[in-house]
Amino acid sequence: MRNALLAEYRKVVSTRLWWILLGALAAYLAFVGGVLAFSIVFAPDDQALPVSGEQAAAGVYGLINAIGYVFPLVIGSLLVTAEFRYQTITESLLVEPRRGVLLGGKLLVAVPLGLLYGVVGMVALVGTTAPLLAWRGEGAYLTDPDVLVVISLGVLVTALWAVIGVAFGAVVPNQVAAIVVLLAFTQFVEPIARLALGAFELTSSVARFLPGAAADGLIGVSLIGEMGGGSGDLLPRWAALLVLVAYAVALAAVGRATTLRRDIG
Amino acid sequence: MDAPVLAVEDLGKSFGAVRAVDGLSFSVRPGAVTGFLGPNGAGKTTTLRMLLGLTRPTQGRALIAGRPYGEHPVPARLVGAALEASGFHPGRTGLAHLEVYAAQAGVDRARCRELIEMVGLGGAATRRVGGYSMGMRQRLGLATALLTDPPAIVLDEPTNGLDPEGIRWMRWLMRTFAAEGRTVLVSSHLLSEVQHTVDDVVIIARGRLVAASSLADLSAQTVPLTYVEAPDRPAFDRLCADRGWAGRPDGGGVLLEGVAAADVGAAAYRSGVELHQLVSRGGDLEDLFLRMTGEQR
Repeated sequence: MRNALLAEYRKVVSTRLWWILLGALAAYLAFVGGVLAFSIVFAPDDQALPVSGEQAAAGVYGLINAIGYVFPLVIGSLLVTAEFRYQTITESLLVEPRRGVLLGGKLLVAVPLGLLYGVVGMVALVGTTAPLLAWRGEGAYLTDPDVLVVISLGVLVTALWAVIGVAFGAVVPNQVAAIVVLLAFTQFVEPIARLALGAFELTSSVARFLPGAAADGLIGVSLIGEMGGGSGDLLPRWAALLVLVAYAVALAAVGRATTLRRDIG
Repeated sequence: MDAPVLAVEDLGKSFGAVRAVDGLSFSVRPGAVTGFLGPNGAGKTTTLRMLLGLTRPTQGRALIAGRPYGEHPVPARLVGAALEASGFHPGRTGLAHLEVYAAQAGVDRARCRELIEMVGLGGAATRRVGGYSMGMRQRLGLATALLTDPPAIVLDEPTNGLDPEGIRWMRWLMRTFAAEGRTVLVSSHLLSEVQHTVDDVVIIARGRLVAASSLADLSAQTVPLTYVEAPDRPAFDRLCADRGWAGRPDGGGVLLEGVAAADVGAAAYRSGVELHQLVSRGGDLEDLFLRMTGEQR
């Protein structure tokens, strides 16, 4: 497994996409976070957003999950789909015919890669929003234990997204299809599903189990919820963690039983 | 060098109703270059993929030293393979490509450097593979196959895209491997491409075995061809008819298939038929190959 990890690590760092996506994540979070923090601190009193203080700070820092999660998902999926797109899967399986080990190496290497995305994304997010919140708002709350937990879990959940991305890539090895599905799901399907399911008493508890909602549950803040746009009802942290791990395990198992069982070539 | 025997036993693969490989059995011995030949679509690549554990046989077994590829602890240390369809990430440099697979095989970086020089890509080692020519990719694929210095080497159409000098080098390399005692299996759709390199041949067509023998035994099966020019054609034609020889016009003369030049000369001498040319064209291996595999020339 050590060899598999080193090989996967070299696969990632020997191409450019990992730092291009990392840069895009940092820039995107800095921009959207900055705009949101700006609108919180400069909103006229009569149009003030329904968040303030610690809640506002945590909500802004939680953006790494709320809007940033598509980046670790995509980079994770690329670890698998690039092998199929460029047919390097043949060489990879020649050198490591144990297909479970190949997939395991990718799932494991996604953890440090995702943590890196989490740390860099969080630094970009906090770096632009904390000064704004501290300067004109009600504070950046960077020493508040609850907010620090949100920040730490925001980094952790990014790593989980990368792992889920790998598992998803194993289910949908076609690179274009995987990216389209990830974008459609994260940007369109899930937000609407959360709003729609959250709108009804009967289904609102189901919405908590959607992957994005579960991740909100893990870090403990939901911007969508706090803005009053839908269900603010989140899973407790332990349950949210279990749900996310279950997504990763289920997708990886399906990928192992389908894509990685097939004949190559 | 303790090189493994590669063997397939009653190997078969069906894709739906199509039987791509059908009851194939042959073995490949160490210390020799074995040509794995057949027209495009004969099932060569599918067979190699089954041998290397990439594709699951629907019938029979493919074995490396008596065990399926995937059942060896580190099969890459036993067999190095360069398959045609194997790809490269265009954004990775040639050297980085080697280093990825070296890590997986437990080979150090110094070996990567050494190999990339050896296959003649030293100057392009840090260039992205996206800018490599077909021949350079072929060389990089070979370097990948040789990472572990394996005792058995499988090469799928290795001369595709190589320039004449590269082809000569590849042939020399294969001979060297065999001389070192390694097992070398090389596929090609042209016999003439490997004719001067291989010791043994395995010929398949439409998924079935056509011939498996030494090249010398195969040559013995070739049909002699004799070219004759006779000024008195009617007399010569009568001679052919008497002997039951089938001739076909070729340029200014006649080409006799399946008849040795000596027999034609002797018969003509006895019947007093004058000959102006009597040329042995020799048995053409490629002709035999095409006939065996059912290809029309």
